[in-house]
Amino acid sequence: MSKFMTWVDERFPATKVWEEHISKYYAPKNLNFWYFFGSLAMVVMVLQILTGIFLTMHYKPDSSLAFASVEYIMRDVPGGWFIRYLHSVGASMLFIVVYLHMFRGLLYGSHRSPRELIWLLGMLLYVTLMAEAFFGYLLPWGNMSYWGAQVIISLFGAVPGIGPGLSEWIRGDFVVSDATLNRFFAFHVILVPLLLSLLVYLHIVALHKVGGNNPDGIDIKKDKDASGKPLDGIAFHPYYTVKDNLGVAVMMTALLAVVFFVPELGGWFLEKDNFAPADILQTPPEIVPLWYLTPYYSILRAVTFDWLPGGAKLWGVLAMGAAIVVLFFLPWLDRSPVRSIRYRGWMYKTALTLFVITFVMLGYLGTRNPSHVDLGLLKNVTWSQIGLVVYFAFFLLMPIYTRMDRTKPEPDRVTGQ
Amino acid sequence: MKKCIVSVLMLLMPLVGSASGGAGNLDKVYIDVSDQPSLQRGARTFVNYCLSCHNASFMRYERMATDLGISETLLREEMMFASDKPGDLMVTAMPAAGAKAWFGVVPPDLSLTARSRGADWIYTYLRSFYTDESTTTGWNNALFSNVAMPHVLYQWQGARSATFEGGGVADVSSVRYQSVVPGTMTGREYDAAIRDLTNFMVYLAEPAKLVRYEIGFWVMLFMGVFIVLAYLLKKEYWRDVH
Repeated sequence: MSKFMTWVDERFPATKVWEEHISKYYAPKNLNFWYFFGSLAMVVMVLQILTGIFLTMHYKPDSSLAFASVEYIMRDVPGGWFIRYLHSVGASMLFIVVYLHMFRGLLYGSHRSPRELIWLLGMLLYVTLMAEAFFGYLLPWGNMSYWGAQVIISLFGAVPGIGPGLSEWIRGDFVVSDATLNRFFAFHVILVPLLLSLLVYLHIVALHKVGGNNPDGIDIKKDKDASGKPLDGIAFHPYYTVKDNLGVAVMMTALLAVVFFVPELGGWFLEKDNFAPADILQTPPEIVPLWYLTPYYSILRAVTFDWLPGGAKLWGVLAMGAAIVVLFFLPWLDRSPVRSIRYRGWMYKTALTLFVITFVMLGYLGTRNPSHVDLGLLKNVTWSQIGLVVYFAFFLLMPIYTRMDRTKPEPDRVTGQ
Repeated sequence: MKKCIVSVLMLLMPLVGSASGGAGNLDKVYIDVSDQPSLQRGARTFVNYCLSCHNASFMRYERMATDLGISETLLREEMMFASDKPGDLMVTAMPAAGAKAWFGVVPPDLSLTARSRGADWIYTYLRSFYTDESTTTGWNNALFSNVAMPHVLYQWQGARSATFEGGGVADVSSVRYQSVVPGTMTGREYDAAIRDLTNFMVYLAEPAKLVRYEIGFWVMLFMGVFIVLAYLLKKEYWRDVH
């Protein structure tokens, strides 16, 4: 074996890469629950690719066959229903773990120097993932797929001047049609997965260059033993491989429980309206994207001020875009002298709590009728407007409150989990 | 650790419950797809009545027979009126163009109605027909106003007239029925027959439902053992980390 590896190593840096990134990559020993979600996101992404390959073998990207081919998978393909549910539940699961992974960043300051590039690549991954989900959602050719795509693509029509031409160019037709389905299929199964794979690779290369953060937000590379190994670091393999294995077991249990017992999850993972085929003459009573996009959909619909120059729709689209773009600037908006929430003051803790509540609220409101009253006192649209203000205040006021905040001194060495 | 898990669960709390609200005032139906006699009775009603005009074009006769424990002889003799191949899809003999001319619309495919409308909707809809002279078919429906479909099962239920509280628009929550012509079934028998039909349509919308709960149980058991082993393995490897 060693002779073989020597032969390989003289031609390809196999052992070097294995040691640098796995067996001699030292990660902080105090990583807690929140640090599961990065590896989990990768596992779910692999699951999506594998189940996606099997779905592609039976799916027909043709507007007259697509809906029936999905039902063919659900009924006539042996085990097809299992693969399809794994893929549809997996999509939601991927967003759940990605949102928790991003929240971990906000908790422990993982976006701060020197990890800005990791954050930026992660944000690119997030945006690309949203595109992947959007393209994939059209493929079952259900009525909500159809109208969801119709609404989202029409948003590009709000761009001044080139708007109408732009949305026509995206659709390849005057309405969402076979041409749209075909190109979305190409994007969903080839273009975007390639981009995602590349970005995941870059995300991890950037992470391994500077080393991972930890719940104390301090640098473990300051204290090394004689051999150059960080005193508070442990080898990724076997320590974190066996630990992440436990995380995968728990997450897969949750995912499989949904797959087998509640695959629609009350309409949150598979919507009722999508069990009816796309119908250009029948608009669903309420057109909503799936839950992972609804916070931004809420922000879009919160802008109802027609007196704005260019109209409410344009500003809604801009607000929605800004809500995503502002996330990219997080590493530079945060001016706190410490990284971790453990040593931050009450201001950041309050702001983060408010932000999480707002994000969940916006997500919920994005699935409701704006003129209804679902949260008491005010109309849904008014709550969305309040949410919009809180959402942007969290980011735009961050340079101020993170600097004013009274922080605690950071420890020299990592504390517990 | 515990605190973290609790906080994650709290974050996911709003996810519990339905995303798509749904029309209120629907009568609740008890669904049990493991009740095979009920599914068989429902299937008989479905092929005799519904399939005369509607398609269930994603479903094959043979699959239904296998899943519901119906013999091939019985299937061929009593349940296949529009086809003679058990492997065929369950499509109606009525031509779509004719349906359009006779009813104004092509009757919708019923394969997935239990998933797109919901079981409660089907159960309420089929029990909400009443006579109405102002429509072309002479029938109307309190849940689906001015629906093109006549009351196909009127011989069972009989004919009823309806009044709406406050004289307002047709609405299932304010409707009062009066029997005009008695049917061959009592009210309770009719409800039971519709429940069987609804139960069958829930199966029809997702045949995998018959097996996925049972497979799921064994998968959960396996995952439970896997979690314990994964935990012990992790603990063993981490013994020297302080």
